[in-house]
Amino acid sequence: MADVLRRTLIEAALTFGMSGMAKAATVTLPFENGERPLVAYPQKRPLIRLTARPPQLETPFGVYDEGVLTPNDAFFVRYHLANAPPQELDAATFTLSIKGRVDRPLVLSLADLKAMPTVDLVAVNQCSGNGRGFSEPRVGGGQAANGLMGNARWRGVTLKAVLARAGVQKDAVQIRFDGMDGPVMAGTPDFAKALDVDHALDGEVMLAWGMNGADLPILNGFPLRLIVPGWYGTYWVKHVNEITVLDKPLDNFWMSTAYRVPDNACACVPPGTSAQTTRPIGKYNVRSFITNLADGVVVEAGRNLNVRGIAFDGGSGIAEVQISTDGGVSWSNAALGHDLGKYSFRPWNASVRLPKGRRAIKVRAVARSGEAQPLESLWNPAGYMRNGVETVTVEVA
Amino acid sequence: MRVQLIVLAALALPGSSLATPVAYTPPAETAKLAPGPDIEIVRANCSACHSVDYIITQPRVFKEPRAFWTAEVAKMKKAYGAPIKDENVPKIIDYLTATYGR
Repeated sequence: MADVLRRTLIEAALTFGMSGMAKAATVTLPFENGERPLVAYPQKRPLIRLTARPPQLETPFGVYDEGVLTPNDAFFVRYHLANAPPQELDAATFTLSIKGRVDRPLVLSLADLKAMPTVDLVAVNQCSGNGRGFSEPRVGGGQAANGLMGNARWRGVTLKAVLARAGVQKDAVQIRFDGMDGPVMAGTPDFAKALDVDHALDGEVMLAWGMNGADLPILNGFPLRLIVPGWYGTYWVKHVNEITVLDKPLDNFWMSTAYRVPDNACACVPPGTSAQTTRPIGKYNVRSFITNLADGVVVEAGRNLNVRGIAFDGGSGIAEVQISTDGGVSWSNAALGHDLGKYSFRPWNASVRLPKGRRAIKVRAVARSGEAQPLESLWNPAGYMRNGVETVTVEVA
Repeated sequence: MRVQLIVLAALALPGSSLATPVAYTPPAETAKLAPGPDIEIVRANCSACHSVDYIITQPRVFKEPRAFWTAEVAKMKKAYGAPIKDENVPKIIDYLTATYGR
């Protein structure tokens, strides 16, 4: 049975020191210099540690085969600045301040927010640099495989409802979001991001305290984070405690220099070149993954092989998922699974029968917007927005 | 040492509204810089704001590793405000290129 062959995409190697004490288990991500320790952080199962300070943790890929929602204890973690997570996290005394170009500046407690009408939304959070380690030629930055994404049911309030209480003034242009985490050095730019006012007030952007039926884990933004459905994780500010309505666009390192992509339709440039003009990164492009077959796995010949996985895009929803077993010459449709909403992972499954030998299985998603994954990943200098067709090679024996 | 964080996290038991304190104590940093000339200068300048796994996980297949590390050190100084003395910049670049180049 195919299920017997199910295993994670990573291989854990437990090693023991001279004293007999267990040393850290490691995984080797499938690119050059890919060895990382597996480390358990508070409220987390052992995850792939990319960096320790601040913590950056990647989800082992096999987790995505556990279900369409990513468990809180396996959800990836990404911070920028070393004073993270913040050291004064107390749900009872936490406050969110709303200021700037508003009629009524507010200071709200978590209880104030929870007294408002609550909304639930299933949405994918994906890091801009998910899969950067596969960029060819390689680029600097966090070197991760495809485990910097997760899908959760977020509970909170709409930003629109919260800002309605404050009264956004007519000259508002952007809304700035700042969290409690900060830099070590005075000269390091504090992490803050901004959304255009129309986007921020679209009724979908949320302030969330709940994740998959529990409080947010500390490392995912406890007690409150911004949810920007369909947009890259850089905007999903964690531990958010300050919202400022601005009458001009935010001009800081994190908007004007970092997290920018080539300003063209593909957000790409010829490999190894730089972009003439750039824009802030925005919505996800469309992606799909096989989750139940690890690269190189041996499967039994003469039987139907179940292939399953996930697909998502920036919010149009998934129209089709297609499988190819002939190197992308012909494609056949997979069956789409339960729909948890247009911002969610969409599960899919297919059945293939393969002749003996080394066989490549490719998966491609087409979004309702008409966007399809490119056969090969496109390239940009920061290694953002990777979304080429993924391939898993199996040994049929 | 880090200050322990005490926060309230809801118990995952169905129907329970109890809360229990969760302590946040991060696991130890384990990454270490490989020996090389001026390692003390590198350690002092490059590990105040981040653990050294930021350095050692970078690709080692760049065509021009010196250009890569020169740009990284410049970014740390200019964009991130690292207080690196000018005379230490070439020493840090030399160490990174020799140790984490190719």
